Amino acid sequence: MNNTLNYQQKTLLQRLNWQDWLYALIVLAGSIFAFIKYAHYMDAYEVTFLFGAALLFSYLGWQWKSLGKLVIGVGVVSLASIALYQGDQTRATEVFFLKFLISSQSAIMWMNVLFVLAMVTYWFALYKRSAFSANVASALTWVAVLFGFVGLMVRWYESYLIGVDVGHIPVSNLYEVFVLFCLITALLYLHYEQKLNTKQLGGFVLLVINAAVGFILWYTFDREAHNIQPLVPALQSYWMKIHVPANFVGYGAFSLAAMVALAYLLSSKGVLTSRLPSLEVLDDLMYKSIAVGFAFFTIATILGAMWAAEAWGGYWSWDPKETWALIVWLNYAAWLHLRMVKGLRGPLLAWWSLIGLIITTFAFLGVNMFLSGLHSYGTL
Amino acid sequence: MNPKLSFTKNFLDLLSSMRFAVSLLSVLGVASVIGTVLKQNEPYENYIVKFGQFWFALFEYLGLYDVYHSVWFLVILLFLVISTSLCIYRNTPAMLKEWRTFKDHATEKSLRAFSHQATFNLTADYAATKQNLLHFLNAKGFKYKIKAQEDGSELIAAKAGTHQRWGYIFTHVAMVVILFGGLLDGNLPFKVQEMLGYKRIETLDLPVSKVPAESRMSVSNPSFRGNMTLSEGATHNVAFLRVRDGYLVQELPFAVGLKDFRIEHYATGQPKSFESDLVIFDPELKEPITKTISVNHPLTYKGIAIYQSDFQDGGTGLKFNVWNLFSPSDKSRELTGAIFDEGALGEGDDLLRVEYNDFRKFNIINMSPDGKGKPHNVGPNVTYKLRDSRGQAIEYVTYMQPMQIDGKFYFLSGMRETVQEDFRYLRIPADEDLSINGFMGFRAVMLDQSKYQEIAKRIAKKSLGVSDNPEIKKQFELSLVRLLTIFAQGGYSEVAKVIEQSVPEKEREASATTYIKMVNIAAYEAYNMGLELSNKPLLKNKPETEALMRDSLNAFSDMFFYGAPYYLQLNQFEHKEASGLQLTKSPGQKWVYLGSVILVLGIFSMMYIRERRIWLYLKPSANEVHFAMASNRKNLDFEKEFSLYREQLAGIVS
Repeated sequence: MNNTLNYQQKTLLQRLNWQDWLYALIVLAGSIFAFIKYAHYMDAYEVTFLFGAALLFSYLGWQWKSLGKLVIGVGVVSLASIALYQGDQTRATEVFFLKFLISSQSAIMWMNVLFVLAMVTYWFALYKRSAFSANVASALTWVAVLFGFVGLMVRWYESYLIGVDVGHIPVSNLYEVFVLFCLITALLYLHYEQKLNTKQLGGFVLLVINAAVGFILWYTFDREAHNIQPLVPALQSYWMKIHVPANFVGYGAFSLAAMVALAYLLSSKGVLTSRLPSLEVLDDLMYKSIAVGFAFFTIATILGAMWAAEAWGGYWSWDPKETWALIVWLNYAAWLHLRMVKGLRGPLLAWWSLIGLIITTFAFLGVNMFLSGLHSYGTL
Repeated sequence: MNPKLSFTKNFLDLLSSMRFAVSLLSVLGVASVIGTVLKQNEPYENYIVKFGQFWFALFEYLGLYDVYHSVWFLVILLFLVISTSLCIYRNTPAMLKEWRTFKDHATEKSLRAFSHQATFNLTADYAATKQNLLHFLNAKGFKYKIKAQEDGSELIAAKAGTHQRWGYIFTHVAMVVILFGGLLDGNLPFKVQEMLGYKRIETLDLPVSKVPAESRMSVSNPSFRGNMTLSEGATHNVAFLRVRDGYLVQELPFAVGLKDFRIEHYATGQPKSFESDLVIFDPELKEPITKTISVNHPLTYKGIAIYQSDFQDGGTGLKFNVWNLFSPSDKSRELTGAIFDEGALGEGDDLLRVEYNDFRKFNIINMSPDGKGKPHNVGPNVTYKLRDSRGQAIEYVTYMQPMQIDGKFYFLSGMRETVQEDFRYLRIPADEDLSINGFMGFRAVMLDQSKYQEIAKRIAKKSLGVSDNPEIKKQFELSLVRLLTIFAQGGYSEVAKVIEQSVPEKEREASATTYIKMVNIAAYEAYNMGLELSNKPLLKNKPETEALMRDSLNAFSDMFFYGAPYYLQLNQFEHKEASGLQLTKSPGQKWVYLGSVILVLGIFSMMYIRERRIWLYLKPSANEVHFAMASNRKNLDFEKEFSLYREQLAGIVS
């Protein structure tokens, strides 16, 4: 009997089937199309990013099939929306499907609504222990993410309709990055939801997402922040395309960790204990998301330093935003030391990661509100 | 043991301990907060005003105005370097051992004490099973070593993911490398020279050539970050380094000239790009280098990077119409000057020096009352100071073109006595031609006592019941002339003063209403008389005229609080700009980047490589295979993996 071969772990490439290859082919074809059409607007770095993104999303889609479907979905709906625009910005408020569904502004509004619905449904599912409701909540979250990404994609296109020199990737101000924050946090959560096969944490994670949704709504209606503004000279750089998203993977993961910590603390106090995953699972998830967040936050800060060296004349200027990024980094570095070296577990770390969210929020938002510095594009 | 030695050892133990490291991280975090809450590197006067003399001195002593370059902050960083280095020194040998070793000295007994272990009965053929087990380990990515035991048993010691150990080394080495790079770019050499008395900062505003040698940094200064302001057409070979409340002059190995500076704007008026056409002059060069730099696109020459950082005026030429606000003349006179130059107004004791400070061609302001509208360009403004013979100065900012506020146009000029205050604005209503002349004519008439009789006559003629009765008419004219005389001395507030002195409290409101009404009627006539004098069409009877009168009277009244008798109306300008450059020499940058790369590698290997070890103790004498598994980090993934392997191994063995 020689059944050891059954234990042979297949490599990623061996595990791919024809759908995976088709997916990668579509992603690659899209990038090539974009390259042919828009190469003259891009510098060498941006071309690298374009094909880098194709590779990245192929890889991510292979590792996590649902994400692949999302990428295709976002692509199809965004293209449909762009087709409806017919190169005319005013059609956003005239054509039915654009006005009520998939113009950038409407899509983001749908994202907001769906996130709220998803949260309510997740909590209902938790309360009723209803697997069906939990599935519905999960589906709502996926659709919200779809709409959010469509919103951003179309916004990117729309910015070029305003003026070719105005066009830019929509990660340049607080409004846009809040949308990005919601989407990345939701995706990180959905990833663990599938991996751990547990939908009980959705209500918790969507709390922080919906706080951001609340901010987006206030920012839209009170400040009209959804209007697309041209970029100030300092932001006109390819660095923005990698620095900002990397940062928000960090912020999103830290927020996810904090919400898991909240669930952990409640559960350890006997609240909802029977409904939530075990403390070990929560603890493990908290660690994993902080680990992801820390890695990306480190990369983002380094990219930021490199950008600063090019734009401001020094890789580190002790600008308030930089300094607070350092504080956030130090905070989670200390957290990881305690856990990895000391082997510490339990409520202390949960409290720490919950308080870490306050520090992170201050770095993300508070600095823009209360302190002035070089990062002043995101002022309230 | 020698107690002294043990103290040193204890101290070193403390420095390299986890507790100390985590405490240091926290202290560093808290210390960093200070510098973000307290605005850094402001002019020292601002701090004095904000905190008062006592706290200012204390904060200065603590170095809080430049926290990140203060000695105590550097000491914290130094401790971090020492602590991390010690940590690396102490733990690296063990880490490397863990990385290399298979831990094949484990005994059956020690394996049985593991928390994750299982014993299987060996039913299949020994040699085949052994082969299969090795296959299994291979398939799972484990490396192994077989060690024969004395009793004929065999121990297979396997490991996977021990590269994780490099993660520890990498992350910690990275921190030391990054901090070392940062230290290279700090101003440590200057700090040491300053402490030894070789260098000192200059706090006076001197021409470059007058700055003494002890405040100059030579070309060989390894690292600096300085600024240079270049007017169009100018060339400089030094940069200024700001240190606390003074500066140092940094000599450069080349000269930088500015041919042209450009600002491009979006259609909405916001700035789109700042560009400087630079020329580098260096005796070592055959031809000067010419290059255009812009934000995000610096130029590097001889290890010095030149950045577009900001811009300012480079000495714009200005031409003003000067109105003497308190003279009954409606004529202005010309004044010419340039930014950074000085001029003079008046003579004798009333002499005022004009210091032209700044000119801005574009001013993007949101003028909508609720702040929701789009900001737009309101045109050029000029900032200047009027300094009297005692040295007291008032700062003014005056806009060239009238600005639209609530549908009406005004000429705006703000004044303030200190930098801390906001500007208070004089709003002069524009006339039908959108010019300031209508108001100036009105003002001249209102100040001219010889015209009051005429104003009174005109009003009396129009008023029923006044024109008929000579007695009443005389009375009316008399009181109107008196009112206008008072008004001409200080506007509404002067009238209020007089009312307060001469009218009983009960009747004050009524008489104030009457006076305001009379002044308004008089203003209408005065305005028209001003227009007549300059041969302009007269005011039309429409609601806008009423508003114009109100605004003109308000402006007239506010004039007395304007702080100076001169209104400088910018008439023409010849724009000259200066580019603000930042020059950086940063030898630590490559170290910081190197450290960053190591850091990322380290973090990923530390968190995403999992070290696991498996021991398989094959004991043919007892027909047993003992399986034990361990990881330096026990978590859920490990538990799952262990359960899976236990099951799969059971399948192989039996």
